[in-house]
Amino acid sequence: MGETDNLLLKIRNLHTYFYTDDGVAKAVDGVDLELVEGGTLGVVGESGCGKSVTALSIMRLIPDPPGKIMQGKIVFGGKDLLALSEAEMRKIRGRSISMIFQEPMTSLNPVFQIGDQISEVLTLHEGLSKREAWNRSIEMLKMVGIPAAERRVMEYPHQLSGGMRQRAMIAMALACSPKLMIADEPTTALDVTIQAQILELINRLQQEKGMSVILITHNLGVIAETAQMVAVMYAGRIVEYTDVRILFATPQHPYTQGLLKSIPRLDQGHGRKERLEAIPGLVPSLLDLPPGCKFSNRCKYVFDKCTEEPPLEEVAGGHFVRCWLHIHS
Amino acid sequence: MNNNENLVEVKDLKKFFPLRSHFFSRSKNYVQAVVGVRLDIRRGETLGLVGESGCGKSTLGRLILRLEEPTEGKILFEGEDILQYDAEKMRQLRREMQIIFQDPYSSLNPRKTIGSIIGEPLIIHNIGTKKDREERVQKLMEVVGLRPEHINRYPHEFSGGQRQRIGIARALALNPKLIIADEPVSALDVSIQAQVLNLLEDLQNEFHLTYLFIAHDLSVVEHISDRVAVMHLGRIAELARSEDLYRQPKHPYTQALLSANPIPDPTVGRQRMLLQGEVPSPINPPSGCNFHTRCPHRFEPCDHEVPVIREVEPNHWVACYLYGPNP
Repeated sequence: MGETDNLLLKIRNLHTYFYTDDGVAKAVDGVDLELVEGGTLGVVGESGCGKSVTALSIMRLIPDPPGKIMQGKIVFGGKDLLALSEAEMRKIRGRSISMIFQEPMTSLNPVFQIGDQISEVLTLHEGLSKREAWNRSIEMLKMVGIPAAERRVMEYPHQLSGGMRQRAMIAMALACSPKLMIADEPTTALDVTIQAQILELINRLQQEKGMSVILITHNLGVIAETAQMVAVMYAGRIVEYTDVRILFATPQHPYTQGLLKSIPRLDQGHGRKERLEAIPGLVPSLLDLPPGCKFSNRCKYVFDKCTEEPPLEEVAGGHFVRCWLHIHS
Repeated sequence: MNNNENLVEVKDLKKFFPLRSHFFSRSKNYVQAVVGVRLDIRRGETLGLVGESGCGKSTLGRLILRLEEPTEGKILFEGEDILQYDAEKMRQLRREMQIIFQDPYSSLNPRKTIGSIIGEPLIIHNIGTKKDREERVQKLMEVVGLRPEHINRYPHEFSGGQRQRIGIARALALNPKLIIADEPVSALDVSIQAQVLNLLEDLQNEFHLTYLFIAHDLSVVEHISDRVAVMHLGRIAELARSEDLYRQPKHPYTQALLSANPIPDPTVGRQRMLLQGEVPSPINPPSGCNFHTRCPHRFEPCDHEVPVIREVEPNHWVACYLYGPNP
């Protein structure tokens, strides 16, 4: 991938493995990624492709044991996060990089008021007094569009609806104006009308604050409407990486093509019962991957070369593909 | 009365679940899950039922199977009022109507083999000899794309998509006429979703099945359904042929749902109709049209009387005052 000056995040050759009773699951197996300041990177893939583990590796929140970051570099604002001590890392989490999760109910503490939970971030990282932090919490709740923030700030997570909880999570994540927000399936548990509100909120706040966002999702529609650059992951690797418009217009990897064809679409052809072009086979188990190209056992273009693992190669300006069909040399 | 075209007719169906607010309290609150629904399911069609969480779509499906007893209303199956059936007649009727659940993990007994899970309906209804049943199970496994030699394996040995196939095979075992599929693909990965949707379509053609397809994903429902009903807080807001509903949504709620659905094409710059506020609670639904609190077009009559659903174009039913006052 090319080098640019205003890179906020650069991941090189990241390997994160999990040591299970049944063997070593190579959840992330050689991932390169980068993100410019103020940009939005979409990471898309199916369950077990390594998208969430990549995010947790950036935060250094991989449970060890059984997980371990084996090798690689995660350079954030000039510092290699993997070389920092736990104490230094704690200063970065929540302040420079923050994260929101799919299920806001399990990530909020049920026995503390919303205001306490947002205030904690502010007293810890910004050294505000309790009173100042509480007032800032109210401001944050207003910013993310929670009505009657003065009253809501005193409520407990169970008193909020799913959409409101996710807003509260975003308020907490943004309390210290981080440079990077990682959103891991932030709208998957929400209804579509609420999903639209939350995506709009993330887009608006990103523009106002000039923050960078990594958006992890399995929903290609959400990617198309939110991301600028997209990485498609499969079995712990990036199989395609490019600009969002190029990805949707001319997908090159057979897996990306298959994903795009297998989703029913509202905007195209209303011929009912037109068969979807499903990708055959199963989502692979990380403990039982084929040799060579990991997609080869589901790929309709498979040929003899595919027994060897293809590299991620630039096939056109800024368009990277991991497939022998597109590597000519 | 018996319109042979309709396999199921639902009339003014209501289901209120009592809420006990306090052990000693007398005044009872109710969750108004289904509030006066009228719906026909035609023989051989796929009727899609969409709506957001808590709109009552799953309850409606369970009521049709009599897995829940309705508070009020009528359910006709092939012209007969099944709410009058006694337990034995109901047991017989269950051969005709089956259900596929959302979660392929919790809907299969982990201690039973695939063979006994798929074959259980045959045993309950006392069909065939042991050998016949085993043959039937193997046939069913083949039909849904499972390997018959896996008949003695347990659910945990299968992936989510394969488990959903097991659930489908179980539903097919008794040759039902109606299958209610309650979010059958929402727990599956995108590439597996397409496989299961294709399978459901193939089975419908092969076995002349009628589906009630319940889901929250509009694009999935549009893809598989002949007609679609949109539910909002226990009522049907709009009912139309699939292509009409998606091309010309009439109810403001349907319009909002369609516009909120993200489209996988970054070149489509869309004016999004963002709804303000939250989904109201079914315990204390708004008066009048229950969508009026979030509706951008609300006007004078909306908050005092419930709009009656009516046919505004052939086969296009809407419950909204924008298309005229109540008849």
